Amino acid sequence: MAFWIASSPHNHNQAETSALMKLVIYALLPGVFAQWYFFGWGNLIHISLAITTALTCEFIVLSLRSKSKTNNISKQLFDGSAILTAILLGICLPAIAPWWISVIGAAFAIVVVKQLYGGLGHNPFNPAMAAYVMLLISFPIQMTSWQPPLNLMNIDLGLSNTLATIFTGFTSEGYSVEQLRTSIDGFTMATPLDTLKTNLDLGFTTFEILESNIFTNSLPSGLGIAYGWEWINIAFFSGGLVLIAKKAIAWQTPLSFIVSLLVCTFIAYSISPDSSASSLFHWLAGGSMLGAFFILTDPVTGATSVKGRLVIGALAGLLVYLIRTFGGYPDGVAFAVLLCNMAAPLIDQYTRPRTYGHGIDNKANKHTGAN
Amino acid sequence: MDSIIERINHNKFWHFHGGIHPPEQKALTASKPIKQLPLPKQLIIPLQQHIGRQGDLLVKVGVQVLKGQPLTQSSNPMAVPIHAPTSGIISAIKKSVIAHPSGLSELCIFLDVDGEDTWLTRKICHDYTKLSQQDIIHKIADAGIAGMGGAGFPTHIKVNAKPEINFLIINAAECEPYITADDLLMREHSDAIVDGIKILAQVLNPAFILIGIEDNKPQAIKALQHAAKDVEKIKVCVLPTKYPTGGEKQLIKVLTGKEVKSGALPIHSGIVMQNVATCFAISDAVINDIPLIRRVVTLAGQALSKPQNVWALIGTPVSHLLEQTGFTNEYENSAITNTSIANPPVANPPVTSPPVIMGGPLMGFSILNEQVPIVKTSNCILAPSKAEMPSAFADKSNEVECIRCGQCAEVCPSQLLPQELQWSAKAKDHQQLSKLNLFDCIDCGACAYVCPSQIPLVQYYRIAKAEIRQQQQLDIKAEKAKARFEARKLRLEKEKIAREEKHKKAAAARKAMLDKKAADGSSASSAVAAALARVKAKKEAKENANKPQVESTKSSDNNISDDKSQVNAAIARAKAKKLAKKTANKLTESEQAKELAANSTETHEKVAELAITNKKTTTQDKSSQDKKAKIAAAVAKAKEKAKEKANKTHEQTPPLSGVAKEEVNISTKEKEDKKVRVAAAIAKAKAKAKTKKEQEKQPSPTDKEST
Repeated sequence: MAFWIASSPHNHNQAETSALMKLVIYALLPGVFAQWYFFGWGNLIHISLAITTALTCEFIVLSLRSKSKTNNISKQLFDGSAILTAILLGICLPAIAPWWISVIGAAFAIVVVKQLYGGLGHNPFNPAMAAYVMLLISFPIQMTSWQPPLNLMNIDLGLSNTLATIFTGFTSEGYSVEQLRTSIDGFTMATPLDTLKTNLDLGFTTFEILESNIFTNSLPSGLGIAYGWEWINIAFFSGGLVLIAKKAIAWQTPLSFIVSLLVCTFIAYSISPDSSASSLFHWLAGGSMLGAFFILTDPVTGATSVKGRLVIGALAGLLVYLIRTFGGYPDGVAFAVLLCNMAAPLIDQYTRPRTYGHGIDNKANKHTGAN
Repeated sequence: MDSIIERINHNKFWHFHGGIHPPEQKALTASKPIKQLPLPKQLIIPLQQHIGRQGDLLVKVGVQVLKGQPLTQSSNPMAVPIHAPTSGIISAIKKSVIAHPSGLSELCIFLDVDGEDTWLTRKICHDYTKLSQQDIIHKIADAGIAGMGGAGFPTHIKVNAKPEINFLIINAAECEPYITADDLLMREHSDAIVDGIKILAQVLNPAFILIGIEDNKPQAIKALQHAAKDVEKIKVCVLPTKYPTGGEKQLIKVLTGKEVKSGALPIHSGIVMQNVATCFAISDAVINDIPLIRRVVTLAGQALSKPQNVWALIGTPVSHLLEQTGFTNEYENSAITNTSIANPPVANPPVTSPPVIMGGPLMGFSILNEQVPIVKTSNCILAPSKAEMPSAFADKSNEVECIRCGQCAEVCPSQLLPQELQWSAKAKDHQQLSKLNLFDCIDCGACAYVCPSQIPLVQYYRIAKAEIRQQQQLDIKAEKAKARFEARKLRLEKEKIAREEKHKKAAAARKAMLDKKAADGSSASSAVAAALARVKAKKEAKENANKPQVESTKSSDNNISDDKSQVNAAIARAKAKKLAKKTANKLTESEQAKELAANSTETHEKVAELAITNKKTTTQDKSSQDKKAKIAAAVAKAKEKAKEKANKTHEQTPPLSGVAKEEVNISTKEKEDKKVRVAAAIAKAKAKAKTKKEQEKQPSPTDKEST
């Protein structure tokens, strides 16, 4: 009787790439929830738009490519990578940006940044971040129309109103986006980082800036660091810890990023507390935690060796600090991530681990007997 | 060294990088003792079951052999002999499928078991401590012992080590899931194993002996500790369970903290490693004079109803083992029929038969059919069910793109970068693969086990390694061919130059001669002049041929060669005799003319013969009767042919029978002469050609005609 021929190993731990992606998506949910809680439905709508566009684009491109590949399209389509990219992009966008921002962004991310470079596993840049940067540079006004936290708005923004704003640019009552952004005090609100940067340029000291109500804890659920954003970052941080516990991502990159950011901001704050914010602020404002745990740890675009991951994290922390302080944009996570993606292959080459049996001195072996 | 011993004494071992913890699945077979199976009907014993070369056959088909009788002998150190596992008759020696992933066939001895199981007479050694090192090594070699842990390296070479040995490590780890063969052997025969270790210690004289065993075998640990308690040198080291602790390099790292340098052998670091089953076989061989004819095999998997360990004779076909343990084929009752040949070469054919794996789930290979025999290195037969091991039943690959997650690099025990290797292997980038140390991969399968994209990494590496090796072979061949070509080119050039020199010299000589002749005028020594003289002489000979003065003709012809006068004399005698005979018979003129023609041809024959003899002056062979006869026959043949030719030409001339005798005598004589001359000339040329041919066939002179 003939037997079926298979190749060793015959056992497998039955882990799957799609399972990995799904785990990451679940870990994002706390942060998404926090965003909804503080900023309303805007981001959720953008996430849905992005997911729809991403899946459509991926389907089209995979069908075009399937002449050469024999893989199942639906399996590839729903392996979670496109959905993950779309969610990340949706999180990064301003809540009341127009609908075509997320559509263009998602299409660009999937078609150009991921598929044109070879599909899953072959893209050198993080698709969500590259799309975000493209949008930021191409549509600066729309991409900087940040909605203030719900508690600071003087116009009610329910689900239908948010939908109307995103799709038409006006609420059902007729308020424009600019009017939505005007806070109770009459100032057009921006993100905490943006406020800090603008006002520092204007000559205010940090202490003065931090008295603004988006920094204090005078509002419900405020921690006194960066209203709304702090909780979002804490939520992403906890999601990231879950991922590390489940061994879905490596701990070296987030740790090294956080430590590096701490070091940079601590030095800056010690030198000049008047014109720099505290380390905690930097940790909990903007996209720091999202970047640390979900974007820099993207396996496809990050470094593969352990030492390489540490280097990437450190480099990213430094770049984020530099761009935030000296750069033209308030938040530098996206740019820092792209620069690190560029550097990853080189870092990989120089941080290859030593193979067993290489690089050892036989004499040393005999005498000390330890490695 | 001391630090190593201190750490070992405190049970503080080292770690190796990576490793995985697959489900052990050993409880299935670990609770039952080793079973002795009934004899199979036929044994298929491959001639080569080890790394090295085949031995030379000692038996033929039809011979009756006894249990333990050697079937091959080793004339080469890398050849390990095989022995008859039981008594029986050799029914065939032919190619059959062997236990190898390729499924190829090699020469095997087919032994029909007679069921008597009669032993060869053995000599028990009562005190092996009295044996010399060389004696023990010879006994090990004669017993056909090869490494039984899986690689099959000839043991007698491994233990024949000259340099000082620091550590003798006994590999009792058995890290792969499902396999419990060594575990059971240690539990049941720990004394014999320790005897084997002591024998090895006598040969190698190591400083320390370490037995590395995983902590999932508590009973075996106890048994070994008990058996080895009298021997100071032996230390039983209990290691944490991790796959692949049993790999040679990994075990050395864990026990001694040393790494074996890439490309070097452990012996270069003063370490020798042997498997426990090999030690058991050594003790059997040296003490009881039992060659390696059986081994413990684990039969496991959910497709078997009675999984357990068995003593299997070497050469037992897997079918016998599967039968004995209740193998059920889950595809038997399905609509898809089994094919009796190997799976058809169709892309993604449906699964029609279950896989049976020889070895463990991570490093074992699936065997082709149930005729595959157990060999010295087979430690397990695994028959999984589909629910148990779905990846073994897959008819198409679930492979997705690599997402560079890096889990493979985390588990690699050789600290390689499997994902980089995979990229380079898919791109067939041999240079990069060598830079990434592809050949340090031990094929353990840990990387493929954890890969979330289900990429068959080990398969890619095997293909890449094979391609690189093949390319190296081709390169060596190309180098040799290039060297040959260069040498040939050189040789041809040299010959060309030599030829040109020769030509130049000859041309110069000729030129010189011509110049000389131009100065002297024509002389008889010039070859051309000589030829002309010859022709002239022949013409004269023809005119004189009418008179029966054959001698004169002959003699005129003999102007050319002075030294063959005897030959010519003999020829002349023969001629005269013939003519006399002919004239006595009152030949007609035509016949006479014929005779003349024949004579002239004969003369030309003789001339040709003389030419032959001229040429043959250099080759003076001893005359023999055979050669004489041969020459006579050749000459006769040539003569006949020439006669025919002469007759033909003769017929062209007007038939002489119709002409008056006188005319013939007078007028036709001249005509005849002319015609005869013409005919003779033609015949001569033809005869010359013929005799030249004959002369090439029979290189012997015609001296014999001279007395």
